Amino acid sequence: MSLASYFMEGTYLLASILFVFSLKGMSHPETARRGMFLAEAGMLAAIIGTLVGEHIVTWGWIIAGLTIGSIIGAWMAVSVPMTAMPQRTALSHAFGALAAALVGVGEFVTHGAQMGVVTRGALGFEVMLGALTTTGSLIAAGKLQGVIRGKPIQFRGQNAINLVISVAMTGSFVFFWIHPEVIAAFYSMLGLAFVFGVMLVIPIGSADMPVVMSLLNSYAGLAAAATGFVLGNNVLIIAGTLDGFSGFILSVLMCKAMNRSITNVLFGGFGAVIAEAATETGGMMREINIEDAAMQLAFANRVIFVPGYGLATAQAQHAVRELADVLEDRGVTVKYAIHPVAGRMPGHMNVLLAEANVSYSSLYEMEQINPEFPSTDVAVVIGANDVVNPDARDNPKSIIAGMPILEVDRARSVIVLKRGQGRGFSGLENPLFFKPCTTMLYGDAKSSLSHLAQAIQHV
Amino acid sequence: MNPAVLIASVYVFALAAFLGYQVISRVPPLLHTPLMSATNAISGISLIGSLVLAGAGNSRFAHLLGFVAVTAATINVVGGFGITDRMLKMFGKRLDAKAPKTSGSK
Repeated sequence: MSLASYFMEGTYLLASILFVFSLKGMSHPETARRGMFLAEAGMLAAIIGTLVGEHIVTWGWIIAGLTIGSIIGAWMAVSVPMTAMPQRTALSHAFGALAAALVGVGEFVTHGAQMGVVTRGALGFEVMLGALTTTGSLIAAGKLQGVIRGKPIQFRGQNAINLVISVAMTGSFVFFWIHPEVIAAFYSMLGLAFVFGVMLVIPIGSADMPVVMSLLNSYAGLAAAATGFVLGNNVLIIAGTLDGFSGFILSVLMCKAMNRSITNVLFGGFGAVIAEAATETGGMMREINIEDAAMQLAFANRVIFVPGYGLATAQAQHAVRELADVLEDRGVTVKYAIHPVAGRMPGHMNVLLAEANVSYSSLYEMEQINPEFPSTDVAVVIGANDVVNPDARDNPKSIIAGMPILEVDRARSVIVLKRGQGRGFSGLENPLFFKPCTTMLYGDAKSSLSHLAQAIQHV
Repeated sequence: MNPAVLIASVYVFALAAFLGYQVISRVPPLLHTPLMSATNAISGISLIGSLVLAGAGNSRFAHLLGFVAVTAATINVVGGFGITDRMLKMFGKRLDAKAPKTSGSK
């Protein structure tokens, strides 16, 4: 082995260690940023090591790719608003997975003939996972951006068709594995994987996106790990596996927070067939105006804000913080209750509120905050629906039965900020809105919140 | 791939999976979005495979594939780290932001 190769392997080892340390830093907001610098240094070292240690003959393509990629990547990093974070992350998954898939195709084109059985197997996994994650993530990004309809797209025999596609894809994979000389088998596997990615994500509703995002995150990582097996490169295996497992852990957490299984999310088409399970709630929704709501908040001791995806769509994160500031100046204790699946990706609400300068020490997880609702004067629900639906707890026939919820209905009074009288995203009736302690404040969340803040200053 | 290398790779995979589980299950839900974005950027390490393909591939087609792969992976790495840092900066500035808050609202 030459000196340059030793240097390259050294940088790979360094990168692997730095990646692990960077994720360890993620365990606390104070250390997280420093951790990321370590990861960036590791990545840079691995890139330099590769360029020094490998036999690079043409530099043109490399320089062009690095330049174009850096420009687009930097532009995305700087320009994307925090509210669009889920779309951006989905797009990023697509790019990473595409790179893994293309490296696989490149390996097949250049070394396909000499590959052993094991390498071919790993190559198949790499290309399939990479391709289906690419298209799946693009569809997810399209749904989140609103380019594609967010509601589940379903049709008769969908699961049967998906089954046929996945069997055909697996069949091509096995055929390629046994007969690597048949080029058509490899490319049909690639093509079917692209189609399968689309089919996998279109039937999933936007409310289930946190699970899908985590799963795609996991697949993108596993594709990179498979690349490592193909190239016999340990840093790829380590980095890919870390990503794969992180995504997997997140998907499990998200599923638990919805009391559903991964199979149910992928093949259940949530939000499409509901109707009959809705309880006959009876009663009336009581409307409240800004002045009365302001009065209620101004004379409260404890207020808890419960944000949902509606906060993101209304871009109301700054308005919430301003209202909270006004309340805190009056001596009101303000907390935020964050449900794990509020929003469209894990941790979505935390990022939005952090952007608006809300201290992370006032953001509370579901288990921490639920015991506090009974002693809370006013719970303000901002664009959240299913995560505060008491049916999940009380009505065993409900489609969301068993899903852990934020128990806002135990608060002394509840103000729900809502666009209109509609049923919200899942189409599920929410008995919370009909409770005697609940009042509804209709209108755009952002303007309602800033009007509330103004009104309180005049109280 | 000879069997010894394969076995070593499987060990690396298994240990990385175990380590990943240990490290990542300690990340609080507060940081789940930056975590996803960070691990995604880290898995952009497939960039090094792309570099080899673009620079050492032995056909025009391979170079072209490599070029697209390098571009995609670089977007993933640069964009991913950039946005993660932007998010973490927001979480970090909290302590200094607390001070002016009491003096009145902005």
